[in-house]
Amino acid sequence: MTDERRLELVRIIKNDIDTDTFEGRYDASIRKKVLFLLAMAVVAFVTIVFSICFGSVDIPIEDVFRVFLHPILPGLVPEPSQPYYYDFIYTGRLPRVVLVILTGVSLGVAGMMMQALLRNPLVSPFTLGVSTAASFGAALAILFGDAVFGTAAMGTTIRVIGTNFTASDFLRVIMAFAVALLSIALVIVMSRKSTTSRSLLILSGVVISYLFQAGIMSTKYFSTDDQLREITLWIMGSMSNASWGANLIIAPVVILCLIYLFRQSMDLNALSAGDEVANSLGVDVDRLRKRGLIVCTLMSAVCLAFTGVIGFIGLMAPHLCRMIIGNDARYLMPASALMGVVVLSVSDLFCKLIIRPGELPTGIVLYVIGGLFFIWLVSNRKWGSRL
Amino acid sequence: MGVEAMRLTIEGLSQGYEGKTIIHDIDMEANSGEVVTLLGPNGAGKSTLIKTICNVMRPKSGSVRIDGREVSDIDKKEYAKLIGYVPQTAVFFGSATVYDSVLIGRRPYVKWSYTRADIEAAADAMIRMKIDDLYDRPIHRLSGGQRQRVTLARALAQAPSFYVFDEPTSALDLRNQLDTLKVMRQVINDTGACMIIAMHDLNLAYRYSDKVLVLKDGTVYGFGDTEEIITPQMIKDVYGVDAEIVEGSKGKFIHSYDSDLDDM
Repeated sequence: MTDERRLELVRIIKNDIDTDTFEGRYDASIRKKVLFLLAMAVVAFVTIVFSICFGSVDIPIEDVFRVFLHPILPGLVPEPSQPYYYDFIYTGRLPRVVLVILTGVSLGVAGMMMQALLRNPLVSPFTLGVSTAASFGAALAILFGDAVFGTAAMGTTIRVIGTNFTASDFLRVIMAFAVALLSIALVIVMSRKSTTSRSLLILSGVVISYLFQAGIMSTKYFSTDDQLREITLWIMGSMSNASWGANLIIAPVVILCLIYLFRQSMDLNALSAGDEVANSLGVDVDRLRKRGLIVCTLMSAVCLAFTGVIGFIGLMAPHLCRMIIGNDARYLMPASALMGVVVLSVSDLFCKLIIRPGELPTGIVLYVIGGLFFIWLVSNRKWGSRL
Repeated sequence: MGVEAMRLTIEGLSQGYEGKTIIHDIDMEANSGEVVTLLGPNGAGKSTLIKTICNVMRPKSGSVRIDGREVSDIDKKEYAKLIGYVPQTAVFFGSATVYDSVLIGRRPYVKWSYTRADIEAAADAMIRMKIDDLYDRPIHRLSGGQRQRVTLARALAQAPSFYVFDEPTSALDLRNQLDTLKVMRQVINDTGACMIIAMHDLNLAYRYSDKVLVLKDGTVYGFGDTEEIITPQMIKDVYGVDAEIVEGSKGKFIHSYDSDLDDM
């Protein structure tokens, strides 16, 4: 009896759907998770193709494919209808899409990771103050850049990895990143204690945010009208500063961080049972938490430095996925990454289209679309009840 | 599914937080196949002792050894196969299902994905704890008693040599308390593992344990066979409650009363 029941359960968990007993009778949980991942990948691909097609000027979809496929298969795929599409896509649309992917992935994963590490659903990659720190850094660069280095110097171009940045843009990136690193350093100092309580960490993050918020407010207060506008726009976030140079700086950091984080999946699952249980399951909880937080913050900081503040994704993408496929980090992490890409690229698409040929800051559209989507999902009877 | 015979010895153990000593000079011993119950009033140091055994805290002085090896020297992953810990309150985060939560207990044996043996162990554990019908239920839809069963099943899936439980039954109703202890007693008999369990219910302790360690104000009041230790005198000394051990039709039980209350 027990043996039979055991076999039955084993089959259920392993999703041996070919057995007669349970065919069609249960949710194929692993299969469902993989299917969800595949579906998300398809959706992400479609939104990415759309992002390449649409913008200030629309490129016909077949020409997008021709641009990519003609150089590989010149016999099968004809030339795109306009030769300048090559240049347009490779130097304009593609770097932006790559930046959207990198940012979406890193914020989605960092959010999922931070929520799991601190076992708190309200945590996002910015909980430890990295976004206000980066904003303060950028604001300082905007406010003092001209005064310190001179207007002429700030107008010159700097060449980094094949891309021309104006000196003022580059200074902004450097300052945003440097001050964001400072916030990480503060977190490290705070977590020096042998065992750090989760609420202390979260609270410290909030307090650090207020400190930098004071900095942002004072830079705003002392800035000219033009500078004020620039600071405000930076805080709203935008993908329009994308370039291959930026992507080449971001990509290695994000990829290394992702590899590190993904390898912690099983420990992360154990952590969901509480610190003490995770400890007794052989997980070094303190080390996992400290390193994880630092890696997440680093990964989001490097994106933030180029894009400005992109909120919402890190908070919501993991929740959306958790509602649908549950809590197993091995699946939840890639799902959150893909969800981050989808949400961000759809928002970015609308940013480009709503006041065409002008462009809205990402934050405005992102919060509206994301918010409405979330309200719909929560009111959906099937998934809403799982949050 | 038997486990190797092992012995856990604690000698002269002292433990505390930030300069304050909570337990001191604890001596005890637990062998495979035994149920050792920790008794004592709230704040006597049961949880501290348990956390030290589980290596959540390093001993301040004295030693905790398994087969002669100092616990804090054993590799964390290896130790996870020796000791299964269930804390007082169950913690869950996110919307995991029952079997996901139980499978977590296989962490010490698993690098990346669960093998058939892992899933079998989890299935066995769910059947033992009678939660196999709930296997795909999300944890947050379970009752408190069912959740506690999930954490116990997780410890069973871990298949350690020592189960260390901190008042696992205190949130359960009478039926669930009896069930749980019966199942655990059965597990100990079947596998030859050892269970160290902190409890408040003297009758349950009396019925299910082989040995009892009584803590009072952080020191050992008594350690030994159940019938020698659980006496009306001990209950009076440790809890300040009068009690007698009564011979009922189904065996002995402890009848406690407060003589002061009789006057009211």
